[in-house]
Amino acid sequence: MRVTVTVNGTTETHDVEARMLLVQYLREVRGLTGTNIGCDTTSCGACTVLLDGESVKSCTLLAAQADGEEITTIEGMAAPDGTLHPIQEAFHQHHGLQCGFCTPGMVMAVASLLKEHPDPSEAEVREGLEGNLCRCTGYHNIVQAVLSAAHSGELVP
Amino acid sequence: MIPASFEYRRAGSVEEALGWLSEDPDSTKLLAGGHSLLPLMKLRLATPGVLVDVGRVPGLSYVRDAGDHVAIGALTRHRDLEISEVARASVPLLAHVAGQVGDPQVRHRGTIGGSLAHGDPASDLPAAVLALDATLVADGPRGRREIAADDFFRGFLETALEPDEMLTEIRVRKAPSGWAFQKFNRRAQDWAIVGVAAVLDGDPRVALVNMGSTTLRARGTEEALAAGADPTDAAARAADGLEPSSDLHASAEYRRHLATVLVRRALVEAAATRG
Ligand SMILES: Cc1cc2nc3c(=O)[nH]c(=O)nc-3n(C[C@H](O)[C@H](O)[C@H](O)COP(=O)(O)OP(=O)(O)OC[C@H]3O[C@@H](n4cnc5c(N)ncnc54)[C@H](O)[C@@H]3O)c2cc1C
Ligand code: FES
Ligand code: FES
Repeated sequence: MRVTVTVNGTTETHDVEARMLLVQYLREVRGLTGTNIGCDTTSCGACTVLLDGESVKSCTLLAAQADGEEITTIEGMAAPDGTLHPIQEAFHQHHGLQCGFCTPGMVMAVASLLKEHPDPSEAEVREGLEGNLCRCTGYHNIVQAVLSAAHSGELVP
Repeated sequence: MIPASFEYRRAGSVEEALGWLSEDPDSTKLLAGGHSLLPLMKLRLATPGVLVDVGRVPGLSYVRDAGDHVAIGALTRHRDLEISEVARASVPLLAHVAGQVGDPQVRHRGTIGGSLAHGDPASDLPAAVLALDATLVADGPRGRREIAADDFFRGFLETALEPDEMLTEIRVRKAPSGWAFQKFNRRAQDWAIVGVAAVLDGDPRVALVNMGSTTLRARGTEEALAAGADPTDAAARAADGLEPSSDLHASAEYRRHLATVLVRRALVEAAATRG
């Protein structure tokens, strides 16, 4: 079947199998391998992308369900000149990553979280990221990064 | 994990979805948020031949004050229910429970209709609508019918819906106070090991998550409350006659104990919301 999806501002049409998952489509058809597959069972959040601005787990969506929609992946976060998005910059500053496997999904989940809670409490950050697992950091620095990004005043909604 | 092959069709209306469903109801499945069905398909525990995506059918996502009750469109996503002003004011239990489902990503996709139609005893929203004495509206080739929540949940992943019917609306009684929800789980984002939804105003109704093969009511507790028992005595009867399952999270005995503890907490909390 034919799907037309706008990813990070670029619209393309492709023939895909109906059963193709969105994460496969992003990685294999669009060549955007920043979005990781961790658990493949909707648990870890490594595959999180934005669908019309909201975080979703792309291992549990069909590419067909994204037909006509706008997707943002980690590749769409930094500016074209390479300047990191304020959320990425905050992860960098606060050492919010170690191996980095969870990071693309974390950053996308945070983008959605901060849209819904522009001024979150620490508890709201922790609960807001309950769908994202990190096996390295112990979360502390991730939470610090999110709080700092929220208060940096640089986030454009 | 990739699902087995299927044909995908996107429905533009309830009529179109019902038409496709009636062509071959046994091997056709509706796809709403996909957050129960797609995981099953990826594990090949479900292998529908045709998937009818109702996710974009217009007009089925709403939370409306309908006078004596609140009407919720079947395609209302958990997130939209969680933040709905109408739900928060008139059925705060439902808004609260929607906010307890899974994680934000799940709540951005999953719908109340999908959650109810799936019929999983471990799900939260079925217990909430059972406690709220809901009426479920289903459309099908034989027309529209209303099903009481008490008659809807039939068994494990089994509901009163016929394979060619679609759930379109959920109607719940208003319960601005006198409610509580308790959910006990071991990990964030997880399903409840046991959960309790209680609504005390009017006839007290107490519904349980994961205390049997289907969503059910704590009849022992309800009878005790009707007879004037205090929360502790009423809660002691929470597991009367129930046979929860044992799994890697909890034994049946542990679940029965947990039910009495959580029901007591829910009854105390519900009484407190009356102010
Ligand atoms: C990681 C994860 C964690 C979760 N945690 C929880 C939790 O803590 N608590 C909880 O309650 N749930 C939880 N869920 C389940 C979640 O709530 C699902 O969104 C919900 O159960 C199904 O809704 P859906 O719209 O995604 O339905 P779908 O997956 O699209 O459909 C589910 C079933 O219902 C049928 N169906 C869908 N809509 C209709 C309709 N309108 N009429 C008739 N049949 C219909 C489908 O054919 C299918 O059989 C979790 C899910 C995941 C993936
Ligand atoms: S890969 Fe999608 S949630 Fe883990
Ligand atoms: S940084 Fe390694 S999993 Fe999070």
